[in-house]
Amino acid sequence: MHNKNQYLQEELLRTSGVNPKKCMRCGKCSATCPAYDEMEYHPHQFVNMVESGDIEPLLNSKSLYRCLSCFACIDRCPRGVEPAKLVEAVRLAAIRKQGANHLKADDVPAMLDDDIPQQALVSAFRKYAK
Amino acid sequence: MKVSYFPGCTLKTKAKELDAYARKCAEVLGVTLEEIEDWQCCGGVFSTSRDEVATKLSSVRALKAANDKEQPLVTVCSACHNVIKQTNHQVQTDAEFADKVNRYMAPEAPYSGETAVYHYLEMLRDLVGFDKIKEKVVNPQTGKKIAAYYGCLLLRPNKVMQMDDPENPSIIEDFIRAIGAQPVIYASRNECCGGYVTMESPELAKKKSNAVTGNAAAAGAEMMVTACPLCRYNLVKNGSEIPVVYFTELLAEALGVKEDTNA
Ligand code: SF4
Ligand code: SF4
Ligand code: SF4
Ligand code: SF4
Repeated sequence: MHNKNQYLQEELLRTSGVNPKKCMRCGKCSATCPAYDEMEYHPHQFVNMVESGDIEPLLNSKSLYRCLSCFACIDRCPRGVEPAKLVEAVRLAAIRKQGANHLKADDVPAMLDDDIPQQALVSAFRKYAK
Repeated sequence: MKVSYFPGCTLKTKAKELDAYARKCAEVLGVTLEEIEDWQCCGGVFSTSRDEVATKLSSVRALKAANDKEQPLVTVCSACHNVIKQTNHQVQTDAEFADKVNRYMAPEAPYSGETAVYHYLEMLRDLVGFDKIKEKVVNPQTGKKIAAYYGCLLLRPNKVMQMDDPENPSIIEDFIRAIGAQPVIYASRNECCGGYVTMESPELAKKKSNAVTGNAAAAGAEMMVTACPLCRYNLVKNGSEIPVVYFTELLAEALGVKEDTNA
């Protein structure tokens, strides 16, 4: 099968450790996802689209930054597919590109208040910037 | 009993009460928390990507430091605990990753995941025992109706965290009973509050946290307890109708050491 994204696809599967062939398309991951309403692509679509090599739309989607890293889809998938690991792999592939940081240090001061814990800042940088 | 202790950056700044009460209470219960020297921030979120190595070294260093002293490693912040425990699991199960981190750190003896990692709540349950806590309570929190908020990080992914039943947990409720109060069970106690997107998407964070606090209040809770500074910040900022406190604060009150803790 022709797949122009073969290299990227292999890389995503390798770094995530996800085997999309195990997915039985039951949709439970997306049903339990607390960010469902905010994501144009849902966890089961990450699995199916990476499998078919349709990766470009995922790389450009704001869904990457709406995933809450809550690991619910990892725990509740009846087939052990662990979709969030693919979401994370695609997110890293997107922000590792030169100049593609989703969060810029200059934007941060405006987001702060007196009570915000360090944890919110460091985790945002881990998730959204390289 | 002495254990290694990883306080984490938030406990050193915005959540000092969490830290001060944790130390004080442990002393009362016969556990000394020995802070790891020169610990570094764990990063607040675990990357499931197998090729993220450098960002996990601070966790491995903490694990290794505990192992060198032959002590378990205890954390109080749910996020630190999640990151450190998942990193330890990766060292145990991913040989390529273990090899890489050991090459970076170049230790005398390689670290291969030997350290036992406990959240403070697990320390109370498994190393101290809730019965022992009951005996030490001088100021029982009788009549308080308290909702336990687990969120995500204590329980998931269950394969790694192994703290409790991820869909029907009981460790915080048992803790609440041990200090003489009454736990309130509600559906959202293990659902996500949206804390990680508090900066990225405040609207989403608000929606998720209101769902949690609203559910707890409707179930009759008069306060919520959490172990995570980010959950607490997020729930409070978004207008929780009931107070949200750290579990260590209640423990300190129950053990009668709250006043002498200068938090
Ligand atoms: S829950 Fe698992 S099996 Fe079901 S659609 Fe999602 S990934 Fe596929
Ligand atoms: S980890 Fe992300 S994708 Fe998975 S359920 Fe949570 S928010 Fe949704
Ligand atoms: S989880 Fe948070 S508080 Fe704990 S060390 Fe990591 S970033 Fe700092
Ligand atoms: S802060 Fe909220 S989002 Fe994060 S782990 Fe805690 S519950 Fe989940």
